[in-house]
Amino acid sequence: MTILFDGIAAGMLLFLISVGLSVTLGLMNFVNLAHGAFAMLGGYVCAILLGNLGVPFVFAVLGAALAAALLGVIMERSLYCRLYGASHLDQVLFCIGLVFMSISTAHFLFGAQQQPFALPDYLQGQLHLPGLDIGIYRLLLVVIGGSLAWALQSMITKTRFGAQLRAAVDNPRTARGLGIPVDRVFTLAFALGSGLAGLGGALGVELLGLDPSFPIKYLVYFLIVVAVGGSGNIKGSLIASLLLGIFDIGGKYYMPQTGAFVIYAVMIVMLIVRPRGLFARN
Amino acid sequence: MQTNIDLNPLRNLSRWTWPEYLFWLIPIAAYFVFPENLSLLSQISITAIFVLSLDLILGYSGIVSLGHAAFFGLGAYAAGMLAQHGWGDPLLGLAISALLSGALGLATSFLVLRGADLTRLMVTLGVAMMLFEAANKLSWLTGGLDGLQGIELTPILGQFSFDFMGKTAYWYSLVVLFILFWLARRLVNSPYGLSLKGIKLNVGRMPALGAPVNRRLIGIYTLSAAYAGIAGALLCQTTQFVSVDVFAFNRSAEILLILVLGGSGCLYGAVLGTIVFMTVHHFLSDLNPQYWQFWMGAALILTVLFARDGLMGLLRGMAAKFVQTRGK
Repeated sequence: MTILFDGIAAGMLLFLISVGLSVTLGLMNFVNLAHGAFAMLGGYVCAILLGNLGVPFVFAVLGAALAAALLGVIMERSLYCRLYGASHLDQVLFCIGLVFMSISTAHFLFGAQQQPFALPDYLQGQLHLPGLDIGIYRLLLVVIGGSLAWALQSMITKTRFGAQLRAAVDNPRTARGLGIPVDRVFTLAFALGSGLAGLGGALGVELLGLDPSFPIKYLVYFLIVVAVGGSGNIKGSLIASLLLGIFDIGGKYYMPQTGAFVIYAVMIVMLIVRPRGLFARN
Repeated sequence: MQTNIDLNPLRNLSRWTWPEYLFWLIPIAAYFVFPENLSLLSQISITAIFVLSLDLILGYSGIVSLGHAAFFGLGAYAAGMLAQHGWGDPLLGLAISALLSGALGLATSFLVLRGADLTRLMVTLGVAMMLFEAANKLSWLTGGLDGLQGIELTPILGQFSFDFMGKTAYWYSLVVLFILFWLARRLVNSPYGLSLKGIKLNVGRMPALGAPVNRRLIGIYTLSAAYAGIAGALLCQTTQFVSVDVFAFNRSAEILLILVLGGSGCLYGAVLGTIVFMTVHHFLSDLNPQYWQFWMGAALILTVLFARDGLMGLLRGMAAKFVQTRGK
């Protein structure tokens, strides 16, 4: 049971980090491989606010999300907006360039070592139930992830902004003709995506660690979530993340010799069987 | 009724022009000018073969791949294990590596054909990562991060043995590069190559012209995989070392980068890009590896935004301007 719970918590964390990608890649159709760079920024901002400046944990995490969202707006306005119409290959190359630059910048500023990070006392420790040990921090992750999934899903399907975003993605020209400020909607959506990345990155430092190679190390995981979950689908991403988390933790526990092999194999099979994802929008 | 289409421009494409002869004098001159840097020069030739293999599928056929290191690594390990077990003939190693990598390419081409760009990226990446993980876990077989031990090679053709200066290694890689380049050059200018370009430009229309799209793509993907395997085998033979690093994501990303900087869809773009990239890398990473990565990222972003055809595009633009000003 504890393993199952840890798997769910790991899946939730994965969901928190990659749900932002599901907005940029899934909804806006931009292959944002640099997503991990925004998450890394969130992680570093959180670690510094918490460790060096003594800011309370909640505000440090929010600060990380804000910083990533702010950088997202700047990048979107200056660079990303030029590549919306470009081919996927161009977007991928651009993002790889960005990832390289972010890695070397992080290297320069913080060094190659793991960033030291300590949770406040009230988040450490465990709850002991019969047959189940629950880490408090992991429980927190599950709660945040669940509520965020619900909030995002209702934002995209029920609010005016969500409707505008979907319209702008499906047909920018018509959306413009109807008076939707397409550019502003895209900027906001991109800020949302990178802000979520920052949030996930900040929350993930405790479990994933943080060093300059972060954007590449976990890139594949984010991509799997979005590719398997189906584009622009919050529910799909959530289920894909949970499955991935459970399989990953379970696989590491029961079959340590296979390692990440199983995950890649599952991903390839999934992509072959359902090239548009598990819960693709038609 | 027979329509007369002038095919001469197409036939002329396959003729060698004087800048090309000049270009191939560079590596020969380099041997005499930089006798101290022969190992770097053979690295350049080997990487050029690897980039060439990506150019065949990406530049000429429009298949995006983020996992070409899968074939490179398989070739390297095949050659390494053959040599380790006493089959030290280099040419035999090349042939078997090419066959194995080609077979893997053939097998995975069916996966790659399904889906659009994004799925292809993910599937190729996934295949490479799977091989990386497999090689990492089977460390009793592959030596893991420490690499294969005891790779011993017999002289090439029984005549030229590998020396410490790397002279044989350089000529060996250069000759293989030239032969593969020559083959690729013939291929892309043949009707087969033209149909590939057609597929890249418009997948929907090519079947209407009677081109078997899937068969063409499977063919070129297999060939490209074999090329990558040969490059891997060469790396293994000239350095007498292989580790799981040959499967790393960085390798796949790096050749993609070189190809785009050099200019994809052009064989000379692949070779020229490699020469420039590796030379700059050699000098800059001596200073500081982190700065190198930063500027490489910056160069890539600038290329995507402003110089989509890479170095070859810039050269062509300059040549066109030169002709124009002379015409006045």
